[in-house]
Amino acid sequence: METPLTNNISPGKEPADLRQYENAGGYAAVRKALRLAPAEVMAIVEESNLRGRGGAGFPTAKKWSFVPMGDDAPRPKYLICNADEMEPGTFKDRLLLEGDPHQLIEGMIISAYTVQADVAYIFLRWAYKLAAERLESALAEAYRQGYLGKNILGSEYSLELHLHVSAGRYICGEETALLNALEGKRANPRAKPPYPQVSGLWGKPTVVNSVETLCNVPHIVNRGAAWFKNLSRSADGGTKLYGVSGRVKKPGLWELPMGTPIREILEEHAGGMQGGYRFRGLLPGGASTNFVVADQLDVAMDFDSMQVAGSRLGTGAMIILDDKTCPVGMLLNLEHFFAQESCGWCTPCWSGLSWIEQILQGLEEGSGQSSDLERLQSHARLLGPGHTFCALAPGAAEPLQSGLKHFGDDFHRHIREKRCPWR
Amino acid sequence: MLSKQEKQQIEAKVHHYPNKRALSLEALKIVQEHRGWVTDEGIADVAEALQLRPAELEGVATFYNMIFRKPVGKHVILLCDSVSCWIMGYERLREHLTTRLGVGLGETSVDQQFTLLPNVCLGACDHAPVMMIDNAHYQDLDAGKIDEILAMYR
Ligand SMILES: NC(=O)C1=CN([C@@H]2O[C@H](COP(=O)(O)OP(=O)(O)OC[C@H]3O[C@@H](n4cnc5c(N)ncnc54)[C@H](O)[C@@H]3O)[C@@H](O)[C@H]2O)C=CC1
Ligand SMILES: Cc1cc2nc3c(=O)[nH]c(=O)nc-3n(C[C@H](O)[C@H](O)[C@H](O)COP(=O)(O)O)c2cc1C
Ligand code: SF4
Ligand code: FES
Repeated sequence: METPLTNNISPGKEPADLRQYENAGGYAAVRKALRLAPAEVMAIVEESNLRGRGGAGFPTAKKWSFVPMGDDAPRPKYLICNADEMEPGTFKDRLLLEGDPHQLIEGMIISAYTVQADVAYIFLRWAYKLAAERLESALAEAYRQGYLGKNILGSEYSLELHLHVSAGRYICGEETALLNALEGKRANPRAKPPYPQVSGLWGKPTVVNSVETLCNVPHIVNRGAAWFKNLSRSADGGTKLYGVSGRVKKPGLWELPMGTPIREILEEHAGGMQGGYRFRGLLPGGASTNFVVADQLDVAMDFDSMQVAGSRLGTGAMIILDDKTCPVGMLLNLEHFFAQESCGWCTPCWSGLSWIEQILQGLEEGSGQSSDLERLQSHARLLGPGHTFCALAPGAAEPLQSGLKHFGDDFHRHIREKRCPWR
Repeated sequence: MLSKQEKQQIEAKVHHYPNKRALSLEALKIVQEHRGWVTDEGIADVAEALQLRPAELEGVATFYNMIFRKPVGKHVILLCDSVSCWIMGYERLREHLTTRLGVGLGETSVDQQFTLLPNVCLGACDHAPVMMIDNAHYQDLDAGKIDEILAMYR
């Protein structure tokens, strides 16, 4: 089984420096890409069927294709790496950032070349201190070696790449909020359309891609679209970083073929449940995905299969709910997170989420009533797609509405017994 | 007034952005690094340097949770309160830390050594529960481990 994204990574060890990275075949893809026309690189990525690993699964080449090209295109154009990773339960980009910074830089150079971006930023979350340090030193090496800056490797193409360290808040990861944060403003999202590819950073064409997406690009360019598709067990190409946290024997992170079934990840890789704990459900792709329960564990973890199963692949970071943990308490924790992190722009989001938090608090403490469940349902509907500026609110609705569905009995027990049965 | 060092550090980033407003957060972080937190004077100093209105910069500063507009202790403890850590025992650790330090969440110990803040997922969920002190992650925490770690900072 090939694991291109994590080949150079040994957790706990220093990442490859430039020399070591080159010796392992690094930066060959940049050389190759620069010999091709941007449209040719685009064609390879399109053929590979790479879909965005930031959670929504939007086809990467398609996203790039919206960027205005040619001499009349507005300038400068920008490429941004979204390294704001703050989705609860998600810890995959951190491994790539700390473990192989040159891989990301190489992916960014090729992606920027493909859309002919002039300037690129890595938008990094504040808490990833070690990643910041390692990226800074890798960037300095890449500049020294002529992979960045004016006339890269003697070509016509030039690119400036800067590290921007953010100052907190989950909403900064939403791509248009990120643009405002990078411009030095409050990070409220912008209305889409226009999409950033047309009008983004300082109103200029901008592509925002996540860390994991960009890290795939050098391998696709090196090895080709057919190879990439073959890595996968499903229609979406490539491998995927899958994470598991909660009461399993071996919580962790693995690079596996895209489309690996949930059960295989849980049992073979995460070692199954810890002794004394039984499985009740899981959030498959971070906090903002619908719960998956025991009879759905044979579903393949890829974008389409998860959608068909009524949830989403999201970030591929599974959070396990066990039988010794209260589902109502878990939902309270999740909705508290969303309420706190709402940027305050849209009413259904800021107001709705604080109501939801209060109602869940009441239920958890034993003062809830049956009518609370209907109130929660209707709030969840109001948070759904189309009522708000950004996807934070629909994301908050997912665990809530699926939690009400799957753990209804537990809610009723809280109401009946006027207390949390787990406390 | 910005100190010479603060000014130099801000200047070093100027070429990253096409205008000064984009330096807002970077400049606030630099001032915070030197002064511990961002005072009203800090806001005024940065606003002047970046040619922004202080009220405007204040609006930006208060949006971001890692810009401290109140004094903090010598060390800032960020305790992850997101879902994986909650499942793995966040509440017990919070009790332990608040008793050990004699403070609630959002407070600073009397000896000014520690400020305890809850924080969203710190990106180490497979090693929950997790906290950060200043720039370092600490994971797979339990009460005993927390005591050992605190001792290193005293
Ligand atoms: N990695 C993390 O830490 C987090 C990830 N997420 C994920 O974020 C996702 C939601 O992200 P959004 O950006 O709101 O999703 P979205 O579906 O609006 O957009 C996804 C990407 O495709 C592009 N796109 C979509 N439709 C387009 C169109 N018609 N024309 C041109 N470009 C288009 C967007 O510009 C964006 O880059 C969720 O699936 C969630 O799982 C959410 C929170 C944190
Ligand atoms: C509230 C919110 C937070 C987000 N946070 C992140 C994030 O931390 N990292 C990320 O890559 N995408 C995040 N996204 C998704 C981005 O908006 C965007 O879709 C993504 O960066 C595109 O990258 P991709 O095409 O590589 O998937 C977030 C979306 C929302 C609604
Ligand atoms: S949905 Fe929530 S987070 Fe998104 S823009 Fe509206 S208020 Fe802000
Ligand atoms: S939930 Fe605590 S580190 Fe992710």
